[in-house]
Amino acid sequence: MIDSTQLWIVILGLGAGSFALRFSFLGIIGKRPLPEWVLRHLRYTAVAVLPGLIAPLVLWPAATGGEPDPARLTAAAVTLLVGITTRNVLAAIFGGAIALYGMMYLIS
Amino acid sequence: MASASSKSAYWKGFKDGAPFLLVVGPFGVLFGVVATEAGLNITETMAFSIMVIAGAAQFTAIQLMQDEAPTLIVLATALAVNLRMAMYSAALTPHLGSAPLWQRACIAYFTVDQSYAVSAAQFEKTPDWTLSQKIAYFFGAVTPVCPMWYVVTWIGAYAGTAIPPEFALDFAIPITFLAIIAPLLRTLPHVLACATSVILALSFAWVPYNLGLLIAALGAMMVGAQAELMLSRRIKP
Repeated sequence: MIDSTQLWIVILGLGAGSFALRFSFLGIIGKRPLPEWVLRHLRYTAVAVLPGLIAPLVLWPAATGGEPDPARLTAAAVTLLVGITTRNVLAAIFGGAIALYGMMYLIS
Repeated sequence: MASASSKSAYWKGFKDGAPFLLVVGPFGVLFGVVATEAGLNITETMAFSIMVIAGAAQFTAIQLMQDEAPTLIVLATALAVNLRMAMYSAALTPHLGSAPLWQRACIAYFTVDQSYAVSAAQFEKTPDWTLSQKIAYFFGAVTPVCPMWYVVTWIGAYAGTAIPPEFALDFAIPITFLAIIAPLLRTLPHVLACATSVILALSFAWVPYNLGLLIAALGAMMVGAQAELMLSRRIKP
Protein backbone atom coordinates (compact mmCIF):
# COMPACT_ATOMS: atom_id res chain seq x y z
CA MET A 1 0.00 0.00 0.00
CA ILE A 2 1.27 3.47 -0.88
CA ASP A 3 1.80 5.79 2.09
CA SER A 4 -0.55 8.76 1.87
CA THR A 5 2.02 11.38 2.99
CA GLN A 6 4.52 10.15 0.41
CA LEU A 7 1.78 10.15 -2.22
CA TRP A 8 0.90 13.81 -1.65
CA ILE A 9 4.57 14.85 -1.59
CA VAL A 10 5.01 13.08 -4.93
CA ILE A 11 1.84 14.60 -6.45
CA LEU A 12 2.75 18.15 -5.40
CA GLY A 13 6.48 17.76 -6.12
CA LEU A 14 5.94 16.16 -9.50
CA GLY A 15 3.33 18.79 -10.38
CA ALA A 16 5.66 21.65 -9.44
CA GLY A 17 8.69 20.02 -11.08
CA SER A 18 6.83 19.26 -14.31
CA PHE A 19 5.57 22.84 -14.47
CA ALA A 20 9.12 24.12 -13.88
CA LEU A 21 10.38 22.00 -16.79
CA ARG A 22 7.60 23.26 -19.06
CA PHE A 23 8.01 26.88 -17.98
CA SER A 24 11.84 26.80 -18.02
CA PHE A 25 12.67 28.18 -21.44
CA LEU A 26 9.34 29.77 -22.28
CA GLY A 27 9.17 31.69 -19.01
CA ILE A 28 12.68 32.38 -17.84
CA ILE A 29 15.43 31.64 -20.31
CA GLY A 30 13.69 33.36 -23.21
CA LYS A 31 14.98 33.18 -26.75
CA ARG A 32 18.54 32.05 -26.11
CA PRO A 33 19.07 28.66 -27.78
CA LEU A 34 20.07 25.54 -25.80
CA PRO A 35 23.60 24.22 -26.23
CA GLU A 36 23.59 21.48 -28.85
CA TRP A 37 25.01 18.83 -26.48
CA VAL A 38 22.14 19.36 -24.02
CA LEU A 39 19.52 18.98 -26.78
CA ARG A 40 21.30 15.87 -28.02
CA HIS A 41 20.97 14.21 -24.61
CA LEU A 42 17.37 15.39 -24.10
CA ARG A 43 16.35 13.70 -27.36
CA TYR A 44 16.96 10.31 -25.74
CA THR A 45 15.25 10.78 -22.35
CA ALA A 46 12.14 8.75 -23.23
CA VAL A 47 14.00 5.75 -24.69
CA ALA A 48 16.54 5.95 -21.84
CA VAL A 49 14.11 5.91 -18.89
CA LEU A 50 11.05 3.91 -19.95
CA PRO A 51 12.71 0.67 -21.21
CA GLY A 52 14.75 0.39 -17.99
CA LEU A 53 11.63 0.96 -15.92
CA ILE A 54 9.64 -1.87 -17.50
CA ALA A 55 12.38 -4.44 -18.25
CA PRO A 56 12.25 -5.94 -14.72
CA LEU A 57 8.42 -5.86 -14.78
CA VAL A 58 8.42 -7.87 -18.01
CA LEU A 59 11.07 -10.43 -16.92
CA TRP A 60 10.18 -10.74 -13.24
CA PRO A 61 6.47 -9.82 -12.78
CA ALA A 62 5.36 -9.43 -9.16
CA ALA A 63 2.00 -11.07 -9.98
CA THR A 64 3.79 -14.42 -10.56
CA GLY A 65 6.12 -14.02 -7.58
CA GLY A 66 8.99 -12.82 -9.79
CA GLU A 67 9.00 -15.92 -12.02
CA PRO A 68 9.19 -15.27 -15.80
CA ASP A 69 5.71 -15.83 -17.23
CA PRO A 70 5.12 -17.01 -20.84
CA ALA A 71 1.86 -15.05 -21.21
CA ARG A 72 3.44 -11.75 -20.13
CA LEU A 73 6.62 -12.33 -22.17
CA THR A 74 4.53 -13.05 -25.28
CA ALA A 75 2.36 -9.99 -24.67
CA ALA A 76 5.46 -7.79 -24.34
CA ALA A 77 6.96 -9.16 -27.57
CA VAL A 78 3.71 -8.68 -29.50
CA THR A 79 3.28 -5.11 -28.20
CA LEU A 80 6.80 -4.22 -29.28
CA LEU A 81 6.42 -5.84 -32.72
CA VAL A 82 3.04 -4.22 -33.45
CA GLY A 83 4.38 -0.88 -32.22
CA ILE A 84 7.47 -1.03 -34.41
CA THR A 85 5.60 -2.14 -37.54
CA THR A 86 2.51 0.10 -37.26
CA ARG A 87 4.08 3.07 -35.35
CA ASN A 88 0.67 3.28 -33.70
CA VAL A 89 0.50 3.37 -29.88
CA LEU A 90 -3.13 2.27 -29.63
CA ALA A 91 -2.69 -0.64 -32.08
CA ALA A 92 0.30 -1.82 -30.03
CA ILE A 93 -1.67 -1.65 -26.74
CA PHE A 94 -4.56 -3.62 -28.25
CA GLY A 95 -2.18 -6.17 -29.80
CA GLY A 96 -0.44 -6.66 -26.46
CA ALA A 97 -3.73 -7.01 -24.56
CA ILE A 98 -5.07 -9.58 -27.04
CA ALA A 99 -1.80 -11.56 -26.81
CA LEU A 100 -1.87 -11.43 -22.98
CA TYR A 101 -5.46 -12.62 -22.64
CA GLY A 102 -5.07 -15.14 -25.48
CA MET A 103 -2.01 -16.71 -23.85
CA MET A 104 -3.59 -16.74 -20.39
CA TYR A 105 -6.63 -18.48 -21.88
CA LEU A 106 -4.49 -21.06 -23.70
CA ILE A 107 -2.29 -21.81 -20.67
CA SER A 108 -5.04 -22.05 -18.04
CA MET B 1 -8.86 41.43 -39.17
CA ALA B 2 -6.86 39.98 -36.31
CA SER B 3 -9.76 38.60 -34.25
CA ALA B 4 -11.30 36.70 -37.16
CA SER B 5 -7.99 35.12 -38.13
CA SER B 6 -7.30 34.18 -34.51
CA LYS B 7 -10.64 32.47 -34.42
CA SER B 8 -9.86 30.40 -37.51
CA ALA B 9 -6.42 29.57 -36.08
CA TYR B 10 -8.13 28.36 -32.87
CA TRP B 11 -10.45 26.06 -34.79
CA LYS B 12 -7.61 24.78 -36.96
CA GLY B 13 -5.77 23.88 -33.73
CA PHE B 14 -8.91 22.22 -32.37
CA LYS B 15 -9.25 20.14 -35.53
CA ASP B 16 -5.58 19.11 -35.45
CA GLY B 17 -5.72 18.20 -31.76
CA ALA B 18 -8.98 16.23 -31.93
CA PRO B 19 -7.57 12.94 -33.35
CA PHE B 20 -5.40 12.61 -30.21
CA LEU B 21 -8.58 11.90 -28.26
CA LEU B 22 -8.16 8.33 -29.51
CA VAL B 23 -4.81 8.09 -27.69
CA VAL B 24 -5.53 10.25 -24.64
CA GLY B 25 -8.90 8.61 -23.91
CA PRO B 26 -7.80 5.00 -23.30
CA PHE B 27 -4.48 6.12 -21.78
CA GLY B 28 -6.26 8.28 -19.17
CA VAL B 29 -8.79 5.55 -18.37
CA LEU B 30 -5.86 3.19 -17.87
CA PHE B 31 -4.19 5.63 -15.47
CA GLY B 32 -7.39 5.93 -13.45
CA VAL B 33 -7.63 2.14 -13.29
CA VAL B 34 -3.96 1.57 -12.38
CA ALA B 35 -4.01 4.31 -9.73
CA THR B 36 -7.14 2.85 -8.16
CA GLU B 37 -5.59 -0.65 -8.22
CA ALA B 38 -2.57 0.85 -6.40
CA GLY B 39 -4.91 2.04 -3.61
CA LEU B 40 -5.38 5.72 -4.51
CA ASN B 41 -8.82 7.22 -3.88
CA ILE B 42 -10.65 9.42 -6.41
CA THR B 43 -9.34 12.70 -4.97
CA GLU B 44 -5.73 11.49 -5.05
CA THR B 45 -6.09 10.09 -8.57
CA MET B 46 -7.68 13.29 -9.89
CA ALA B 47 -5.08 15.47 -8.13
CA PHE B 48 -2.39 13.45 -9.91
CA SER B 49 -3.87 14.02 -13.38
CA ILE B 50 -4.67 17.70 -12.77
CA MET B 51 -1.38 18.70 -11.10
CA VAL B 52 1.00 16.64 -13.23
CA ILE B 53 -0.91 16.27 -16.54
CA ALA B 54 1.73 13.92 -18.02
CA GLY B 55 0.72 10.27 -18.40
CA ALA B 56 4.10 8.55 -18.63
CA ALA B 57 5.49 10.36 -15.55
CA GLN B 58 2.30 9.56 -13.60
CA PHE B 59 2.56 5.84 -14.42
CA THR B 60 6.27 5.89 -13.49
CA ALA B 61 5.58 7.49 -10.10
CA ILE B 62 2.79 5.01 -9.28
CA GLN B 63 4.95 2.03 -10.24
CA LEU B 64 7.93 3.20 -8.14
CA MET B 65 5.76 3.97 -5.11
CA GLN B 66 4.33 0.46 -5.35
CA ASP B 67 7.92 -0.83 -5.37
CA GLU B 68 8.38 1.18 -2.13
CA ALA B 69 11.08 3.41 -3.60
CA PRO B 70 12.06 6.45 -1.46
CA THR B 71 10.24 9.71 -2.26
CA LEU B 72 13.32 11.42 -3.70
CA ILE B 73 13.95 8.55 -6.12
CA VAL B 74 10.30 8.58 -7.21
CA LEU B 75 10.48 12.32 -7.91
CA ALA B 76 13.86 12.18 -9.67
CA THR B 77 12.88 9.29 -11.94
CA ALA B 78 9.42 10.62 -12.85
CA LEU B 79 10.90 14.06 -13.56
CA ALA B 80 13.53 12.41 -15.75
CA VAL B 81 10.65 10.97 -17.79
CA ASN B 82 9.37 14.54 -18.13
CA LEU B 83 12.70 16.09 -19.16
CA ARG B 84 11.38 16.16 -22.72
CA MET B 85 8.98 18.91 -21.57
CA ALA B 86 12.01 21.22 -21.22
CA MET B 87 12.84 20.43 -24.84
CA TYR B 88 9.26 21.31 -25.88
CA SER B 89 9.49 24.53 -23.88
CA ALA B 90 12.71 25.45 -25.69
CA ALA B 91 11.16 24.62 -29.07
CA LEU B 92 8.02 26.74 -28.48
CA THR B 93 9.92 29.76 -27.11
CA PRO B 94 10.85 31.35 -30.46
CA HIS B 95 7.13 31.34 -31.41
CA LEU B 96 5.34 32.10 -28.16
CA GLY B 97 8.13 33.68 -26.05
CA SER B 98 6.87 37.25 -26.50
CA ALA B 99 3.42 36.56 -25.01
CA PRO B 100 2.60 38.14 -21.61
CA LEU B 101 3.89 36.24 -18.58
CA TRP B 102 0.48 34.93 -17.44
CA GLN B 103 -0.20 33.56 -20.91
CA ARG B 104 3.23 31.91 -20.99
CA ALA B 105 2.43 30.31 -17.62
CA CYS B 106 -0.85 28.92 -19.03
CA ILE B 107 0.94 27.69 -22.16
CA ALA B 108 3.58 26.01 -19.96
CA TYR B 109 0.94 24.17 -17.90
CA PHE B 110 -0.73 22.87 -21.08
CA THR B 111 2.52 21.88 -22.83
CA VAL B 112 1.98 18.15 -23.37
CA ASP B 113 3.18 15.76 -26.09
CA GLN B 114 0.13 16.40 -28.27
CA SER B 115 -0.14 20.20 -28.03
CA TYR B 116 3.61 20.52 -28.61
CA ALA B 117 3.64 18.15 -31.57
CA VAL B 118 0.87 19.81 -33.59
CA SER B 119 1.96 23.37 -32.69
CA ALA B 120 5.62 22.83 -33.59
CA ALA B 121 4.57 21.34 -36.94
CA GLN B 122 2.08 24.15 -37.64
CA PHE B 123 4.40 27.06 -36.66
CA GLU B 124 7.07 25.58 -38.91
CA LYS B 125 4.60 25.69 -41.83
CA THR B 126 3.25 29.19 -41.12
CA PRO B 127 6.09 31.27 -39.64
CA ASP B 128 4.34 34.49 -40.74
CA TRP B 129 1.42 33.95 -38.33
CA THR B 130 0.99 36.68 -35.70
CA LEU B 131 1.58 35.95 -32.02
CA SER B 132 -2.18 35.97 -31.30
CA GLN B 133 -2.81 33.48 -34.12
CA LYS B 134 -0.13 31.15 -32.77
CA ILE B 135 -1.49 31.38 -29.22
CA ALA B 136 -5.04 30.77 -30.49
CA TYR B 137 -3.85 27.71 -32.42
CA PHE B 138 -2.02 26.31 -29.36
CA PHE B 139 -5.09 26.62 -27.12
CA GLY B 140 -7.24 25.24 -29.92
CA ALA B 141 -5.10 22.09 -29.90
CA VAL B 142 -5.24 21.94 -26.07
CA THR B 143 -9.05 22.18 -25.92
CA PRO B 144 -10.01 18.64 -27.01
CA VAL B 145 -6.98 16.99 -25.34
CA CYS B 146 -6.41 18.29 -21.81
CA PRO B 147 -9.96 18.56 -20.32
CA MET B 148 -10.55 15.04 -21.67
CA TRP B 149 -7.49 13.85 -19.72
CA TYR B 150 -9.26 14.77 -16.45
CA VAL B 151 -12.58 13.25 -17.53
CA VAL B 152 -11.17 9.89 -18.62
CA THR B 153 -8.98 9.65 -15.48
CA TRP B 154 -12.16 10.00 -13.45
CA ILE B 155 -13.93 7.33 -15.52
CA GLY B 156 -10.99 4.95 -15.06
CA ALA B 157 -10.85 5.58 -11.33
CA TYR B 158 -14.53 4.64 -11.05
CA ALA B 159 -14.24 1.61 -13.33
CA GLY B 160 -11.00 0.45 -11.67
CA THR B 161 -12.64 -0.71 -8.46
CA ALA B 162 -14.88 -3.03 -10.48
CA ILE B 163 -12.14 -4.93 -12.35
CA PRO B 164 -11.18 -8.36 -10.88
CA PRO B 165 -7.52 -9.55 -10.62
CA GLU B 166 -7.99 -12.19 -13.36
CA PHE B 167 -7.63 -9.37 -15.87
CA ALA B 168 -3.88 -9.14 -15.07
CA LEU B 169 -3.98 -5.35 -14.87
CA ASP B 170 -0.51 -5.47 -13.31
CA PHE B 171 0.66 -5.75 -16.90
CA ALA B 172 -1.17 -2.63 -18.13
CA ILE B 173 1.85 -0.42 -17.35
CA PRO B 174 4.46 -2.55 -19.18
CA ILE B 175 2.22 -2.89 -22.25
CA THR B 176 1.42 0.83 -22.36
CA PHE B 177 5.08 1.81 -22.03
CA LEU B 178 6.21 -0.72 -24.65
CA ALA B 179 3.57 0.71 -26.98
CA ILE B 180 4.96 4.22 -26.38
CA ILE B 181 8.60 3.15 -26.81
CA ALA B 182 8.22 1.05 -29.98
CA PRO B 183 7.36 3.91 -32.38
CA LEU B 184 10.25 5.95 -30.91
CA LEU B 185 12.81 3.37 -32.07
CA ARG B 186 13.22 5.06 -35.44
CA THR B 187 17.00 5.58 -35.57
CA LEU B 188 20.04 3.49 -34.61
CA PRO B 189 20.94 5.79 -31.66
CA HIS B 190 17.39 5.40 -30.28
CA VAL B 191 17.67 1.60 -30.53
CA LEU B 192 21.10 1.63 -28.85
CA ALA B 193 19.87 3.91 -26.05
CA CYS B 194 16.89 1.61 -25.48
CA ALA B 195 19.07 -1.52 -25.37
CA THR B 196 21.53 0.17 -22.97
CA SER B 197 18.66 1.18 -20.70
CA VAL B 198 17.34 -2.41 -20.52
CA ILE B 199 20.77 -4.03 -19.97
CA LEU B 200 21.88 -1.52 -17.31
CA ALA B 201 18.51 -1.56 -15.50
CA LEU B 202 18.58 -5.36 -15.27
CA SER B 203 22.23 -5.54 -14.22
CA PHE B 204 21.83 -2.77 -11.62
CA ALA B 205 18.48 -4.08 -10.31
CA TRP B 206 20.29 -5.01 -7.07
CA VAL B 207 21.22 -1.37 -6.28
CA PRO B 208 19.05 -0.12 -3.37
CA TYR B 209 16.40 2.66 -3.60
CA ASN B 210 15.75 1.93 -7.31
CA LEU B 211 18.89 3.97 -8.05
CA GLY B 212 19.73 1.37 -10.71
CA LEU B 213 17.09 2.89 -13.00
CA LEU B 214 18.62 6.36 -12.75
CA ILE B 215 22.07 4.90 -13.52
CA ALA B 216 20.57 3.07 -16.52
CA ALA B 217 18.78 6.20 -17.77
CA LEU B 218 21.91 8.38 -17.57
CA GLY B 219 24.01 5.72 -19.29
CA ALA B 220 21.42 5.24 -22.02
CA MET B 221 21.15 8.99 -22.71
CA MET B 222 24.94 9.20 -23.06
CA VAL B 223 25.02 6.18 -25.40
CA GLY B 224 22.24 7.67 -27.56
CA ALA B 225 23.91 11.09 -27.76
CA GLN B 226 27.36 9.61 -28.49
CA ALA B 227 25.98 7.28 -31.18
CA GLU B 228 24.22 10.22 -32.84
CA LEU B 229 27.44 12.22 -32.79
CA MET B 230 29.49 9.38 -34.28
CA LEU B 231 26.93 8.70 -37.02
CA SER B 232 26.72 12.37 -38.02
CA ARG B 233 30.54 12.60 -38.18
CA ARG B 234 30.67 9.56 -40.45
CA ILE B 235 28.02 10.97 -42.81
CA LYS B 236 29.72 14.38 -43.09
CA PRO B 237 32.46 14.55 -45.79
